[in-house]
Amino acid sequence: MKPLFRTSRSLTRPEESGEFSASPRTLSGDAWRQFRKHKLAMGSMGVLLLVVLLVLAGPLIWHTDPEYIDIIAAYSGMTAEHPFGTDNLGRDTLARTIWGGRVSLAIGLTAMIIAMSVGTLVGCVAGYFRRLDGLLMRITDMFLSLPTLPLLLVITLLFREPLRKAFGPEVGIFVLIVVVIGMLGWMPTARLVRGEVLTIKEREFVSAALSIGSDDRVILRSHILPNVLSPVIVAASFSMAGAIITESALSFLGLGFPPDFPTWGRLLFDGKDYLTLTPALVFWPGLMISLTVLCINFIGDGLRDALDPQLRK
Amino acid sequence: MLKSRIGVAALLFLLLTGVLAPVSAQMDDELTLLYWQSASILNPYLSGGTKDLHAASVILEPLARYNENGALVPYLAEGIPTVANGGISEDLTSITWTLGEGIVWSDGSPLTSADVVFTWEYCTHPEMGCSGLSHFADVESVEALDERTVTVHFSVAKPFPYGPFVAQVSPIIQAAQFADCLGANAPICTEQNFGPIGTGPYVVEEFRANDVVVYSANPNYREAGKPYFQRVVLKGGGDAESAARAVLETGEADYAWNLQIEPAVQGNMEAAGFGKVVSAFDPGVERLILNQTNPDPDLGENRSVYMGGDNAHPFLTHDAVWMALSKAIDRQLIALVLYGSGGVPTCNILARPIIYASTANDACLPQDIPGANALLDEAGIVDSDGDGVRELDGVPLRILYQTSTNAVRQSTQALIKHWWSRIGVETELRNISAGVFFGGDPASPDTYGKFYADIEMYTNGFSGTDPESYLGSWVCSEINGPDNNWLGNNVPRWCNADYEALVEQMAQTSDTEERIDLAMHMNDMLVNSGIFIPLVDRAKVSAHANSLEGFLINAWDTELWNIADWTRAS
Repeated sequence: MKPLFRTSRSLTRPEESGEFSASPRTLSGDAWRQFRKHKLAMGSMGVLLLVVLLVLAGPLIWHTDPEYIDIIAAYSGMTAEHPFGTDNLGRDTLARTIWGGRVSLAIGLTAMIIAMSVGTLVGCVAGYFRRLDGLLMRITDMFLSLPTLPLLLVITLLFREPLRKAFGPEVGIFVLIVVVIGMLGWMPTARLVRGEVLTIKEREFVSAALSIGSDDRVILRSHILPNVLSPVIVAASFSMAGAIITESALSFLGLGFPPDFPTWGRLLFDGKDYLTLTPALVFWPGLMISLTVLCINFIGDGLRDALDPQLRK
Repeated sequence: MLKSRIGVAALLFLLLTGVLAPVSAQMDDELTLLYWQSASILNPYLSGGTKDLHAASVILEPLARYNENGALVPYLAEGIPTVANGGISEDLTSITWTLGEGIVWSDGSPLTSADVVFTWEYCTHPEMGCSGLSHFADVESVEALDERTVTVHFSVAKPFPYGPFVAQVSPIIQAAQFADCLGANAPICTEQNFGPIGTGPYVVEEFRANDVVVYSANPNYREAGKPYFQRVVLKGGGDAESAARAVLETGEADYAWNLQIEPAVQGNMEAAGFGKVVSAFDPGVERLILNQTNPDPDLGENRSVYMGGDNAHPFLTHDAVWMALSKAIDRQLIALVLYGSGGVPTCNILARPIIYASTANDACLPQDIPGANALLDEAGIVDSDGDGVRELDGVPLRILYQTSTNAVRQSTQALIKHWWSRIGVETELRNISAGVFFGGDPASPDTYGKFYADIEMYTNGFSGTDPESYLGSWVCSEINGPDNNWLGNNVPRWCNADYEALVEQMAQTSDTEERIDLAMHMNDMLVNSGIFIPLVDRAKVSAHANSLEGFLINAWDTELWNIADWTRAS
């Protein structure tokens, strides 16, 4: 396994001391060993892999078109033909859940990556460079004080048409939603990271790195970033869950994807009216959202423990 | 510590009031009405929204209303003027109303003919922008003969002179209260617009715009012992489905308005036994509106703007296209599955009152997808590049189809998209929150009036039983555009001189039979010009609690028309 990041290099290399003949211990290797001990996180990892597999490989096995309308089969229960049942127009819930999952997971993942990258960058720079701290934190405060919903409305109104024209209705909206959710979700991470950076940069190993003439970029990348990564990963898990939920809220306001385009949030919203008739309509997408969000949170938990050297046994 | 205790106490208080609120709603002398579109103003002359008209109708009253059978009944007037009783002049150019005796405003002052004259002056003020202006069409003057008698003079012979001061759209306002609110001052008179003094059974106790209206009984109401309920709470917001649930399934409210929900869902709720669903067919028809102008975003400010035929839609104006779109739709299935007893399939824009319904277009009822395909093939609109979408002069038939957010409407959209895909038409669906879509904000690109889409869908109809003003909506001067803040009535942006002539002819025709023929002819012309694709003739569907007695659903006027007679079953 290629190491993700390195600790400060030890003075005696293992092969010189002759003590270790096997491959060298790395931080990521240690973390993985520790992570494996976290049973809940390992279980969650398995479930999440299953969900991802279902969503990615599902259409290869289950060929039903998620948009095919068969009004005769409306409100069908769980049958061999429709294992998850059908909705009020006879569309197959299993197919819609599979396709919806692709969109929801893609949105969650991409929006999370955007939010985390921006948040970490701003946090690191603000925490490390005193001159930029005030400016960046005020910008963060400004973003935090922006009312999310009106802002979302304005942004969608401004950019929906050009993006729709450039990428088509579905991809255009995807880009828009991902960017909007990402750009409105980075502030808590930035504050978190800044706080961590402020404490870490006073530590001895940073002073040591400075004293041997390390460049700021090197210090940030090799010494500070690895140490702030654990809170970032935990924040990332929450951020991904939040993105999946925000997408469904947008769809509800008519600013998300077209109404017939399945996403988990959309399916849940559409299904709520039929809760007493066919609970399966909300059960499956609801279960998928809960499972995914829960698993990501547990994995985040496991990772935090695994990455924290003080907790390591 | 203290802070947290206060916080906990506040939280408990909120929880308790939240839990207790539904219980108190069932108190004997309080009536709870649910409107999933909330009232934003209580002055009916400053809003065309049905919800605002209803909310104002329990305070402000007209001279006469339509009852549940569509017949006129006197409210503030003593009787209904007719030619026979001398109330309408022989030449049909004037109508004389006599006010009922001893009617007072809720502040105790007497109602006089001066108030009626003032109402006309108020709405027709040139700087006013009155939304009820069309009801005063052709009114030359309104003259007070004495304290209780008032005559409306028309500039032309009016075969149906019951436009001014009749029904929810044209009630009488108090001259003393609105005296300073004429013309440009009208919208800034917040106190008056939010709390008009009326003659109706209730007065405003509290009004929070876009949220809730609390009314209390009018102590000066003309009928002794009425209204029965001492307080009425009109709650706004939410959606049709949850409003229905509150009345039918949990019994939290007494009445819920305008329930566009699927019959399967509705039947399930009704089974709970708290209330029942009532419906009555009114002139409302759910239809597709075809944009006659080009909504291409590249056009910038000229998008969806009528420019005398220069800015025509690239393909919807082609006869074969709209005919094929109409043929491909199975209206019977939509009505059966999505509306149940609340709708019947129709091919007309004017479907009610039933005497006005044309039968000339009934051929549209059976779905004919092969026929639609053949029609397009013959017109040379074929898929030339093999992407599954037909092209007309190189423009692919790609349609953006928008409507408000509602489960029934989204299901209709999905079905129609499915059928259109089978005739080589690609459809992109969009749903917009009802508050925005019907909101009329000129700054929003998503309103039905701006129509930044190829096709949109909603229901439109009229109050009362006479279709003249409704059919008069589609004249060139009513075309929606930046000049009228996109608030015109001609949403499809259609301008046709022949139709204009028919509208004028209608205004001058007095014979009932001739009017019916003319109305049918106008309907046929609208439907065969490719500006509308009618889908479902909808009923007004409302729900009321079993314990509420006296509710009579009214398709022609406000549903709260007889609220003074509502009682609680003991």
